[in-house]
Amino acid sequence: MTEALSKTNLLWEEMLPAGAHWSFQMKRGTALRFTDVEGGANLSMLLYNLDEKLERYNMPDTLKAQHTAHLTKGFVLYSDMGRVLASVIEDSCGWHDTIGGMTNAALVEKKYGKANYQNARNAMHRNARDSCIIELGKWGLGKRDIVPNLNLFSKVSADDAGGLHFETNHSKAGDIVELRFEMNVLVVVSASQHPLDPNPQYAPKPIALKAWRSGMPNKDDHCRNFRPENVRGFYNTELLFR
Amino acid sequence: MSIVESKLNPQLASYDCVLPAGESWLHEVKCGQVFRILDLEGNQAVDTLFYNARDPEERYSAVDTIREQGNLYLTAGARLLSTEGNVLMTIVADTCGRHDTLGGACAAESNSVRYAIDKKYMHSCRDSFLHALGHCDCGMGKRDLTANVNFFMNVPVTPQGDLTFADGISAPGKYVEMRAEMNVFVLISNCPQLNNPCNAYNPTPVQLFIWDAQ
Repeated sequence: MTEALSKTNLLWEEMLPAGAHWSFQMKRGTALRFTDVEGGANLSMLLYNLDEKLERYNMPDTLKAQHTAHLTKGFVLYSDMGRVLASVIEDSCGWHDTIGGMTNAALVEKKYGKANYQNARNAMHRNARDSCIIELGKWGLGKRDIVPNLNLFSKVSADDAGGLHFETNHSKAGDIVELRFEMNVLVVVSASQHPLDPNPQYAPKPIALKAWRSGMPNKDDHCRNFRPENVRGFYNTELLFR
Repeated sequence: MSIVESKLNPQLASYDCVLPAGESWLHEVKCGQVFRILDLEGNQAVDTLFYNARDPEERYSAVDTIREQGNLYLTAGARLLSTEGNVLMTIVADTCGRHDTLGGACAAESNSVRYAIDKKYMHSCRDSFLHALGHCDCGMGKRDLTANVNFFMNVPVTPQGDLTFADGISAPGKYVEMRAEMNVFVLISNCPQLNNPCNAYNPTPVQLFIWDAQ
């Protein structure tokens, strides 16, 4: 039974400042609500099995198992080992990006110019790739462990010829997405702008995080039954914890 | 889709081999050399990864490649970008017209999710990749496997964000050709997938050619 977020099951809350990076563990049976505080946020994210970090979020397996190129309520995030790292249990946005990748130093300097620590202090320009390299370094991981990432709150669609379109004003102030963790997961996040964001200004947005003890999914869980593949994905996952 | 034919003569290639389905291939293609994959029998998926031969931490990045070209599909003119934003390969000829880079490689574990739990003992691309890396003495392993290119595979994405595995658009004799822009390790699994219509449930051999810099 999955419990919704409430005052009694809240574990912690945190405000991730605009442009900041962080990494933390989420245990199986807990969940995380991400809130776009101001509207127009983006959160670049990578996920690893905390207990065996060679196992990580896999974009192609997530997409092809569920016949989707985007994420919303019902879809789950697959690892490369056929297991469910996390499930999207609530979503007010309707679309989270899986294909746009993340910003890097060259892209940020080209779009927004230079702002280093010497001159700008903690308002310096950060980019998602370097942010992930820093966070991964805290866990003994590095460049080799950076794989195609998620971008919460962003929408990139493709036309019939494959042309990419970034949707501006996709996420509104107060929009939320909730992930329930089905394994013990290392979460690496960077509140950087989406690399396709056409805004010429360096203007990342803050994101509020609330973690709670959600409990496990039932047999009739929405995400488990959203696709026939997911029933098997949850079976594979539960074998780890028997 | 752009169809661009090559003027190179296969009889003048400095390297030529036939790679059966279910086999892997790891080879260095030197800067300036041209590398061709020929679909001998049609609709074969060729799962391919690229690494900077001098520093394999720098490797093919599917998401950077599609974002910087503004398009999901690969064809002639596409620059295959690395994780450091450098060009690994440029596709210089393509008679198929569209190649996938979202579908990834099949693996025992993902087959168990996608098709049935008991499919996990079937041969898969990831087994081929791990076999090649395990024997290469290059220090690479599972950490180095990332989202790959699937040459000749057709994985359309709809404007609504659905991903579909469509029948292949390749045919016997179609090929894709790319020029190495640095010294590149090319890692191929000639896909053994038997559960997916993309190769008509019949994995077949491909032929690989390398021409020295002209």
